[in-house]
Amino acid sequence: MELIFAKSKEGRKGTSLPRTDVPVASAIPEKFRRQKPAELPEVTEQDAVRHYTLLSRKNMGVDTNFYPLGSCTMKYNPKFHERIAVLPGFADLHPLLPQLRHGGGLTQGALAVIYEAQRTLSELLGFADCTMQPLAGAHGELTGIMLIAAYHKTRGDQKRKIMLIPDAAHGTNPASAAVGGFECREVATDSEGNVCIEDLKSKLGQDVAGFMLTCPSTLGLFDKNVKEVCELVHQAGGLNYCDGANLNAIMGRVRPGDIGFDVMHVNLHKTFATPHGGGGPGSGPVGVAECLVPYLPVSRIDKRDDGTYALQYHCDDSIGYIAPFYGNFGVILKAYAYMLSLGREGFKRVSENAVLSANYMRVRLKEHFAQKVDRVCMHECVMSASPQAEKGVHALDIAKALIDRGFHPPTMYFPLIVPEALMIEPTETESKETLDEFIDALIEIAELVDTNPEEILKCPVTTPVRRLDETAAARKPVVADLA
Amino acid sequence: MPYIANTQADREEMFKRIGCADFAEMWRQAQVTVPEPSLDKLPHGLSEFEVVSNLKNLAAKNASELVNFLGAGYYDHIIPAAVSEITSRTEFYTAYTPYQPEASQGTLQAIYEYQSMICRLTGMPVANASLYDGGTALFEAMMMSVRATRRRQVVISEAVSPIFRKMIECYSTNLDIELISVPAGIDDSNQQALLDAVTDATACVMVQYPNVFGTIEDWAEFTDKVHVKKAMAVCSTYPIALALLTPPGELGFDIVTGEGQSMGIPLSFGGPYLGFMSVTQKLMRKMPGRICGRALSHTTDSEGHDGFVLTLQAREQHIRRESAMSNICTNENLCALSALVYLSCIGKQGLIDVAQLCASKAVFAREQLLAIKGVEPVGGDAFFNEFVIKLPTDAGEVVGKMIDKGFAPGFPLGRYYDDRRDQLLVAVTEKRTREEIKALANALEGVLWN
Repeated sequence: MELIFAKSKEGRKGTSLPRTDVPVASAIPEKFRRQKPAELPEVTEQDAVRHYTLLSRKNMGVDTNFYPLGSCTMKYNPKFHERIAVLPGFADLHPLLPQLRHGGGLTQGALAVIYEAQRTLSELLGFADCTMQPLAGAHGELTGIMLIAAYHKTRGDQKRKIMLIPDAAHGTNPASAAVGGFECREVATDSEGNVCIEDLKSKLGQDVAGFMLTCPSTLGLFDKNVKEVCELVHQAGGLNYCDGANLNAIMGRVRPGDIGFDVMHVNLHKTFATPHGGGGPGSGPVGVAECLVPYLPVSRIDKRDDGTYALQYHCDDSIGYIAPFYGNFGVILKAYAYMLSLGREGFKRVSENAVLSANYMRVRLKEHFAQKVDRVCMHECVMSASPQAEKGVHALDIAKALIDRGFHPPTMYFPLIVPEALMIEPTETESKETLDEFIDALIEIAELVDTNPEEILKCPVTTPVRRLDETAAARKPVVADLA
Repeated sequence: MPYIANTQADREEMFKRIGCADFAEMWRQAQVTVPEPSLDKLPHGLSEFEVVSNLKNLAAKNASELVNFLGAGYYDHIIPAAVSEITSRTEFYTAYTPYQPEASQGTLQAIYEYQSMICRLTGMPVANASLYDGGTALFEAMMMSVRATRRRQVVISEAVSPIFRKMIECYSTNLDIELISVPAGIDDSNQQALLDAVTDATACVMVQYPNVFGTIEDWAEFTDKVHVKKAMAVCSTYPIALALLTPPGELGFDIVTGEGQSMGIPLSFGGPYLGFMSVTQKLMRKMPGRICGRALSHTTDSEGHDGFVLTLQAREQHIRRESAMSNICTNENLCALSALVYLSCIGKQGLIDVAQLCASKAVFAREQLLAIKGVEPVGGDAFFNEFVIKLPTDAGEVVGKMIDKGFAPGFPLGRYYDDRRDQLLVAVTEKRTREEIKALANALEGVLWN
């Protein structure tokens, strides 16, 4: 489709503005003035709306297609959340208001939302406190890493420079540890998909600051040794970081704070049903055990005895300001609505049903694909297309064939320790009928590998574009149309 | 309501298939043996109606209706309704990162158009798909300069948003980076002091344009002098101002970042916002975050359709892990889409008109305020829509009293600058009317002298 710029015609307007009710003036000296206007489009509102509406139709989303993208928890996003976020009392609220004299009284409703969401999360995760400030999952990881660094530093334990990370971890884990100033060292996964205890022991020492573990693991498995792992790390003087990307598997059933984790981020856009937005905005609150509370970022929200909420800007040991204000408030608001909807009974029902669906998927698919570990999984199942790959059809090809059959593909080639991985996360909001349709499609594709593999290699054929040459695109990048 | 699709009958069939009697057995087989927690401290679940009522009550407890002259980097601009209509398209907002380009051409083309508009606005050749916010964008710019120059000292002007500076300070704690903060002048960045701070070890100098006091400064020669010392010039900017101001790309900056909230994104109590970033061609492969690029069809029998893909992914965490350019995993996509639709609807002349309205009203507001006895200018030779005035008393206290009269009259700079306790930073957007501005001046006069 042509770019919006192609629809531009000199003099066309897409918006109306208030009449000037003061003398036309400016305090911009001539020498600072832009000589040539920025070449933005000149289109009508209708042109723009039609263009972007048509673009939206070139997307798959949860509302149009089953979207079992592993590790991303593409569950349904309730529609009333969107209405709440645009209420003027929230959407038009300037973030600096509470910093003004008597300003705290002006934003009690918003502060209540953040505080109550934070309390609910702490309770749900088994932590002493939470910060809602991190702006995305990876930002939460970085925050958690900085909390661990502050903890060791305050204790004068400055030689702890190593962050241990399993070989199955998300790429953001080592990247966040590096941005937080740590060196990363990999810990192996054993044949059952658990942390290899021997390998962990051999790497623990006085130079280890902590261990970043995804729970359940990126293989979609619950590590039966997780408590022992946490204890070993503690004995060595390190802290345990929980990557909460997979919280949907254990929400309400396991509280990470109870089993030895000291700090954890959660992804509100995954577990708490806020929209993924085509890649953000997310929100990555971080929960902490008692030992890390003093280091939480400022500003902090406290509830006073009289039931009002107040911001605290001065906490001696705090790591400081990780976000401009209080987090991605609009996202926190939607997640809070979801928490209120679920209530104490709902959290566990979500995880139970998510796990059941993934296992149903696993059992029905395991005769057709390989598995690294054959045991009851959590909220996602990791299949391997290595039998198909031997016949020349790879995970990528299977993904493209799924697109033609009306499904968004699962996560591919992750975790890295599973060759030809297809990581499938159905979520609790999808029905058995939908799962069956998807499973049938995958089985049909697997059968096609034997009968007519060429047909798969041609996929997708139903999409606005065919397979695109990503290698050539990266070699000679064209990343903008300049005027 | 937990939005669960399956019925009890479905579950029973599924249990049978997987060989478990019930959830308890499923957990056991999954090796989840830790005791089940009690969540009795949490309230019972509510219906949609109840949650909406509950949150409407909370919304009503916020003073969002104050007449707003508060800015300091976050501005109350007009947002055409078309923006939220488009971002409410569920094909956009229920999708995720466009890993599968054939199923995500809508998102990808939107990112490409967004990148193009950021380039055109800032006068730079390359932009990324966005970062979290203006502060994290500036930090990422700083880290990019550190990587590109292999130097570890950075210089930042105290005329850069104190909010951004506090974030950068926080992120730098554990990195081996020397952060040098250069005090501002009366209303400027004190360019000479900034240049004096640059050494052979300096990776970059970070400034803001217009600066936090609203002042527009001449950066053209400055960037040349920074380049002589082989350091990079980085600026954080205000996109609406760029409708009227010489774009940073023409002033010799290497990296341009900023807070994009002013482009169609509601204030929403601090987020979600939009960090934008554009760079020189030379820095493209050092840039953090997602980047969308054009691509040709791969299949030999294709009609050669042009499409879009995420590109230059070798920079990113999912490939490079701890050696990645950044730990960022997504962009702030829906906010970038808001900015894109905003810029499309407002358009080439519209953005100039918006900016001109801001500029005119700011001049008018400053005149009205300076006419009050005891109110004095602080600098103010060159500004866009924000300026500083000096009050005869503590600005923080005055603001408190103005709030009681229905105004958020500006930001008291004393909160971040000890020596500016009597200074008020006033922002005026196209939304403010002549009457509101006159009422502001009247109210302020009343507060100061009655």
